[in-house]
Amino acid sequence: MVTTAEYDKTGDNVKLSRQIHGGVRNLNRHKTILSGIKVSAVREIAAKAAFLVAATASIAAVIVICVFLCASAIPAIAKIGGGNFLLGTKWKPASELFGIFPMIVGSLYVTAGAIIIGVPTGVLAAIYLAHFAKPRVRQFLEPAVNLLAGIPSVVYGFFGLTVIVPFIREHLGGSGNSILAASILLGIMILPTIVTVSLSSIRAVPDNYYSGARALGSSHEQSVFGTVVPAAKSGIVAGIILGIGRAIGETMAVIMVAGNQARLPSGLLKGVRTLTANIVIEMGYAEGLHREALIATAAVLFVFILMINMIFSIMRRKV
Amino acid sequence: MTQTKERMTRQKVLSVLLSIPVHFAGYLTGAVFIFITGYILVKGIPFLSPDIFALEYNSENVTLLPALVNTLWTILLSLIIAIPLGVGAAVYLVEYAKRGSRFVKIIRLTAETLSGIPSIVYGLFGLLFFVTYFKWGMSLIAGACTLSIMILPVIMRTSEEALLAVPDSFREGSFGLGAGKLRTIFKIVLPTASPGILSGIILSTGRIAGETAALIYTAGTVAAIPENVMGSGRTLAVHLYVLSSEGLYIGQTYATAVVLLILVLGINGISSLIVRKIGGGKK
Repeated sequence: MVTTAEYDKTGDNVKLSRQIHGGVRNLNRHKTILSGIKVSAVREIAAKAAFLVAATASIAAVIVICVFLCASAIPAIAKIGGGNFLLGTKWKPASELFGIFPMIVGSLYVTAGAIIIGVPTGVLAAIYLAHFAKPRVRQFLEPAVNLLAGIPSVVYGFFGLTVIVPFIREHLGGSGNSILAASILLGIMILPTIVTVSLSSIRAVPDNYYSGARALGSSHEQSVFGTVVPAAKSGIVAGIILGIGRAIGETMAVIMVAGNQARLPSGLLKGVRTLTANIVIEMGYAEGLHREALIATAAVLFVFILMINMIFSIMRRKV
Repeated sequence: MTQTKERMTRQKVLSVLLSIPVHFAGYLTGAVFIFITGYILVKGIPFLSPDIFALEYNSENVTLLPALVNTLWTILLSLIIAIPLGVGAAVYLVEYAKRGSRFVKIIRLTAETLSGIPSIVYGLFGLLFFVTYFKWGMSLIAGACTLSIMILPVIMRTSEEALLAVPDSFREGSFGLGAGKLRTIFKIVLPTASPGILSGIILSTGRIAGETAALIYTAGTVAAIPENVMGSGRTLAVHLYVLSSEGLYIGQTYATAVVLLILVLGINGISSLIVRKIGGGKK
């Protein structure tokens, strides 16, 4: 700071003093602007750092999840023995037998069942929505599919428990809690996933594929099935894979209708336990190696899902 | 001549054969939706009595009100954690990061991984990490933290899409008027993208409200409103699961299912309404 007091004392110097005053004022003003720029620069950098931290949150989450699952799962699998754990057919925690093969098979069975029921229906429904439905039907059906995706899995489970299970028990025999019940329910649950992904990939096919086929003399149905659907194939497959991921990971709905017996299932109407169900049912009271074996079950499930995700992202990149 | 005729009839037969299953699948999908929601509503609405909204839970009234309050708390807490992280990450990806850099690819990959992880794995992780490792015990906050990781990819993806939809000319205009990057983001970009971001937030609210598997071992199953966020309490979806596995209060279970269904479908409906409004605005 320049002090200007001494110049003010003599009247002769009034003019000079004014000039200096003005100069100082200008200087100070520039200083404020400069410091303002400095402050905002600091703020910009701080903000960028904060956004960067937020962006790394998902990376951190994946790492922490992997570390915490592996920290319990790997020692447990080592103790039980990889072969005994993955291929052992006996799950009897009381006698220290931890074979999750029945649960792996169970998960695969109900998922396969869900595919058989959900995939044809879902893909055909997407084709229907894209090329067959009247606008008024579509206006109802599209929101319906979206809402179907939003129904919580417990509500699906409760519906299965009160409708599907009794129906199977009365008409097909058995207790009703069965692979069949779980497959039907999961088939319904993956329906919206398959419909929405297939629909968007069918809609992404350029219109001239269809009109070209029509111009060559094919019927509406032939054009749709012969040119449009094959062009949307990889998107449809991606939707199916996404649905499979959802079916394998589904927990509550399956628990409520599948019976949950931890043994190799012997028929469509017999009960079955999935990997997901195994965790929920026993985690409440498990201790020691049993608890670690359940965490290892989750790790196996996690690996399954990672593989499915990888296939999904490869498929989607092809689109 | 007969050959062409034959071909024509064959084409017609084929067309009919193809169109039948297509129509069937379409109608079936609609029918499944109507049947499920209709069944739950018809069975449950008669049991919606004032008793079920009583303040204190006991085996007489089987009230769902504490569970409903817990659900709202869980939604609030999860969103408080997930929104800054999710929207912040999206801002970084869209406004700061170089498109296609390795770092961005890793973020995308991890976000995709997170969105594929089944909710029970989240639940187990929450039990290991928040409940056991952090020694929080089963509590609303442990449940909310678990759920906030679960909804993070949803908020990230929808926010990113919304930010990408903001035209670059908006940013250029703001820079041209002398605003800094930060001011441009907060005054121009985020407000413009807010309907899209909001719809993603509402969508994840619906997911939280319907979640069960991730909460059973993190927030617990106590049928009361806890005194603070460190206490355990069941949300509405967990309440429905516990009631239906107990199998004692069938009527109240149906009624709970109705409330949960209306809550979640209502939330999702609002979200898609917002999306449609944005779409309509563009046209």
